[in-house]
Amino acid sequence: MTDMLLTHYNYWVVMVLMMIGFYIVIAQGNLVKKLVGLNIFQTSVFILYISAGKVSGGSAPILDDAISVYSNPLPHVLILTAIVVGIATTALGLALIIRLREAYGSAEEKDIQEQNQC
Amino acid sequence: MLVATAIGIAVNRDLLSVVMLSSIYGLLSANFFVTMDAVDVAFTEAAVGAGISPLLMFTTMAIVGRYEKLPHRWSLSALVLVSITGALLLVATMDMPAFGAPDAPAQQHVAPRYIEQSGQEVGIPNIVTSVLATYRGFDTFGEVTVIFTAGVGVLSLLMIGDRATKPLSSHLLKASQHKILRIVSKVLIAPILLFALYVQFHGDYGPGGGFQAGVIFAAAIIVYTMLFGLDSARQVIDQGWVRVMAAVGVLLYGAVGVVSMVNGGNFLDYDVLAKDPIHGQHYGIIVIELGVGITVAAVMVLIYFSFAGRLVDRGHQDD
Repeated sequence: MTDMLLTHYNYWVVMVLMMIGFYIVIAQGNLVKKLVGLNIFQTSVFILYISAGKVSGGSAPILDDAISVYSNPLPHVLILTAIVVGIATTALGLALIIRLREAYGSAEEKDIQEQNQC
Repeated sequence: MLVATAIGIAVNRDLLSVVMLSSIYGLLSANFFVTMDAVDVAFTEAAVGAGISPLLMFTTMAIVGRYEKLPHRWSLSALVLVSITGALLLVATMDMPAFGAPDAPAQQHVAPRYIEQSGQEVGIPNIVTSVLATYRGFDTFGEVTVIFTAGVGVLSLLMIGDRATKPLSSHLLKASQHKILRIVSKVLIAPILLFALYVQFHGDYGPGGGFQAGVIFAAAIIVYTMLFGLDSARQVIDQGWVRVMAAVGVLLYGAVGVVSMVNGGNFLDYDVLAKDPIHGQHYGIIVIELGVGITVAAVMVLIYFSFAGRLVDRGHQDD
């Protein structure tokens, strides 16, 4: 079990972060807060990918004659673009929140639902 | 520390501190990426997670309001659902390979080829850049298009009913009254722009590239906008011109693909761009990275402008 703890701790960190983000998204009413939660969730996925690419004793994947072991460059590429795409979609979400707030006068999920039922 | 910050975000009701914490969270995860050898990713995360994303959230907050309305309560059903999902994931991690194991499946497939061959095939030291621009050039093209589309989406959401330039509200002028902030940032803006260009063109050899450079470049312009107000920023950078640049970046990327097709290769096959395939690769990578950088910077600036523009309009209505 201790062995497991030492070799798999990265997944557990990812999992805890993911669940915190998940909780914020489903349990909290404020839409801005939900987006922050979604960002936490997203970052936990990034960490999962990057930690999967790590090789013990490896170095950053920039070629050099003195280095023979590199970490896996592929997850880096995927996550690099994912971060920038992530901020673009977050901005889109924030823009939607602003429009919602203008239409309903509130950024709380409950208020918006109540107004829709009326 | 990451976990502690995340819990802080979950518990806090004041959105200002939530956003500040999320900025710290971004910086912490950037550090985490450095220890995982992902220097390029850390670069991006530091610029985006700790810089641009909190800025946009602040602007939204200024429009939407700072405090959550409802008193915070723990939702039991949500907590149960989260615990169950967490437990299932915990079971799933038992089957995963150990952290840092060189024989993990992720290390087996195409990664060794990228590491061993990219030096001869592409001829640039930064493997991340060569994979991004060459082997996965199609993917990157798609992602640039996604960013462009998101920019168009934000514009179409926030530009509805856009009126002509209005006198600036006191909202955005506040920062310019802080003398120290103004002078320090004035000194900083030029080096930030210069650094962005360095990151852009040095991406072949060290960590960096179009995505990071675009974000850093946009950050410098956003700092300027925050200090001197939207109107003076619009005087320096015409918004219509930025819109055109966002499209130019994507087109530049696509054009490289078309040119390589005209020269008898496949779409985005840079070998045919010059007589020597290695030189062709270099030209191709520099041009598409430039395209990526232009689009990313232009879209980020556009998004910030339209958010700040909303703020000015609102401040005007409230008066």
